[in-house]
Amino acid sequence: MTTQILRAASEGHAVPPATAARRALRLVRPFLALLARDVRVLRRDLGGFVLRSVTQPLLFVFVFAYVMPKTQGGGGATPAPGGVSFATILVPGMVASAVMLQGIMSVSTPLVMELSYTREIEDRVLAPVPLWTVGVSKIVAGAVQACVAGLVVLPCVLYVHAPGQAPHVSLGRWPAALGVLVLAALLMAALGLLFGTVVEPRKLSTLFTVMMVPITMLGCVYYPWAALDKVGWMQWVVLANPLVYVSEALRAAFVPGVPHLPAWAYLGVLTVGTALVCALSVRTLQRRLTD
Amino acid sequence: MAAIAIETRNLHKTYRGGGREVHAVRGISLSVREGEAFGLLGPNGAGKSTTFGMLTTRVQPTSGSMRVAGADPVADPVSVKRRIGAVTQHNTLDRQLTALENLEFRGRFAGLSVRTARQRGQELLERFGLGDRGDAMVHRLSGGQAQRVMIARALLTRPAVLFLDEPTSGLDPQTRVNLWEMLREMHAEGQTILLTTHYLEEAEALCERITVVDHGRTLASGSLEELTSLKGGDSVVSVVHEPGTSLMNVLEPVRRIPGVSRTEADGATLRVFTDRLHGVVPAVLRASLDAGLFVLDVSVRRPSLETVFLALTGREYRE
Ligand SMILES: Nc1ncnc2c1ncn2[C@@H]1O[C@H](COP(=O)(O)OP(=O)(O)OP(=O)(O)O)[C@@H](O)[C@H]1O
Ligand SMILES: [Mg+2]
Repeated sequence: MTTQILRAASEGHAVPPATAARRALRLVRPFLALLARDVRVLRRDLGGFVLRSVTQPLLFVFVFAYVMPKTQGGGGATPAPGGVSFATILVPGMVASAVMLQGIMSVSTPLVMELSYTREIEDRVLAPVPLWTVGVSKIVAGAVQACVAGLVVLPCVLYVHAPGQAPHVSLGRWPAALGVLVLAALLMAALGLLFGTVVEPRKLSTLFTVMMVPITMLGCVYYPWAALDKVGWMQWVVLANPLVYVSEALRAAFVPGVPHLPAWAYLGVLTVGTALVCALSVRTLQRRLTD
Repeated sequence: MAAIAIETRNLHKTYRGGGREVHAVRGISLSVREGEAFGLLGPNGAGKSTTFGMLTTRVQPTSGSMRVAGADPVADPVSVKRRIGAVTQHNTLDRQLTALENLEFRGRFAGLSVRTARQRGQELLERFGLGDRGDAMVHRLSGGQAQRVMIARALLTRPAVLFLDEPTSGLDPQTRVNLWEMLREMHAEGQTILLTTHYLEEAEALCERITVVDHGRTLASGSLEELTSLKGGDSVVSVVHEPGTSLMNVLEPVRRIPGVSRTEADGATLRVFTDRLHGVVPAVLRASLDAGLFVLDVSVRRPSLETVFLALTGREYRE
């Protein structure tokens, strides 16, 4: 009864390298078009995008780097280990959490809708490109947004603070910071792609409350990882949290003086982990797109 | 002899999930020639969209083979997608974009330059009477306008085959007729079209050849004339009696009326298949009255896809 699916002629003969190269080249334009589509949509809502990225970090630094030190009088905010101000600890943490939030949200929220209620994704499924390019373009577009969010948040957290509470941040290692930013953005966008693909629409808001808040609170955003040694078990538990590596990597770049995770740890996670999550999420989406 | 645009052999699709198996398609074989307007007709759940999905690369067949526009949708989906245009059953326009942007990006996804894509998009919108709606966001379009944008989007890459899944469902009668006119025009210009529909009259109005499917199987296939002469060449006289009436006593006398080829009792409804209406209707009625039955309604259906479906399945066609 079962008939063998006839493979196309392409299986019979190996594709000559020239053709393979030309095939890859033929993907460049469609891929850029997929990105351009997301950029066009983002441009329509640029104000909303900036507001979404900036509100939370700005409020946070306002309360903890400006209001709190003032209420305690004479700028006596509790100094973190090494005697650095809380604002100093916060700068990399705030940038990291902004990258995380935008990376995950900007990919997962629209994707959940496109996959379910509106089925708009079928528009891109029928585009004459391999399905994996759809997933990859979503990751890249999300990562761009996450990077922009991080770069927008940085000046906010650098300049909002009480007198005498200025963060002591060195921007001299900016190439390292930028590299970390890009890797982190890719990782978070890929996580967003994964969540957006597997989560049902009505569970999306639950996901955000039961995941995003703990990830942020336990993400070494407000304290360096080394400071957790006083709660030994927790120091190990939080290592399951991807945000920890982003915060620590940025901290290493911005405030090398504060003790942080060893470079091999955060670089390992940010490269190997990112590659794995990207591959996994793209494959999962690809499966979801075909019945 | 025109070349073959679409060919399928013994296509099967079983959906698995949630511990259940749904045999949506169980052996559909089609052959569509280039330049042809071909209809896949069947009631809800017949497996039309599943077949459409397999032909347009979105659904992976469980077994069977296909060729669409010279390529295999399973082994080489990109080539197939490059050569076809597809209008899905649901509105899948990108709601974040305007009508024209929807067309522009479809073109760019296919590798066209921004300029070419926008230019073709504008031309198509004008052709479909939407020249001034290009800047409208998708949610501002009416159902008929959205459907026309979907068709324009599918045509943007000048596809060898145009697929339409229930192109007029949910549209008002006037809009539907306008859309038929558009499709007829395209077909006259040589566009190969495969459309699925559950409207008998739509298949009759647009398609040169039709495959009737139900429960995932092909019931019959051929031109409208072939189909109607094959099975449903008879007109059908339906006589509805009072509910609860037994038709036992009337079947035999009706069967003996000259020209009656077949009778069927469906509850209190008597169905008579005949190739000559003249004289048969009064004779059938007289038989009912002679048997002492109360007749509520009489209707006559001329040979059509509806009578074909009735003859093939023994069920009324429900749209
Ligand atoms: N993704 C899916 N998963 C599981 N079952 C499915 C899926 N899609 C369709 N089906 C089932 O397969 C059968 C055929 O569905 P299909 O959508 O192909 O029918 P159709 O002829 O297009 O009907 P309609 O006229 O309602 O659009 C139905 O029983 C349907 O419930
Ligand atoms: Mg359908």
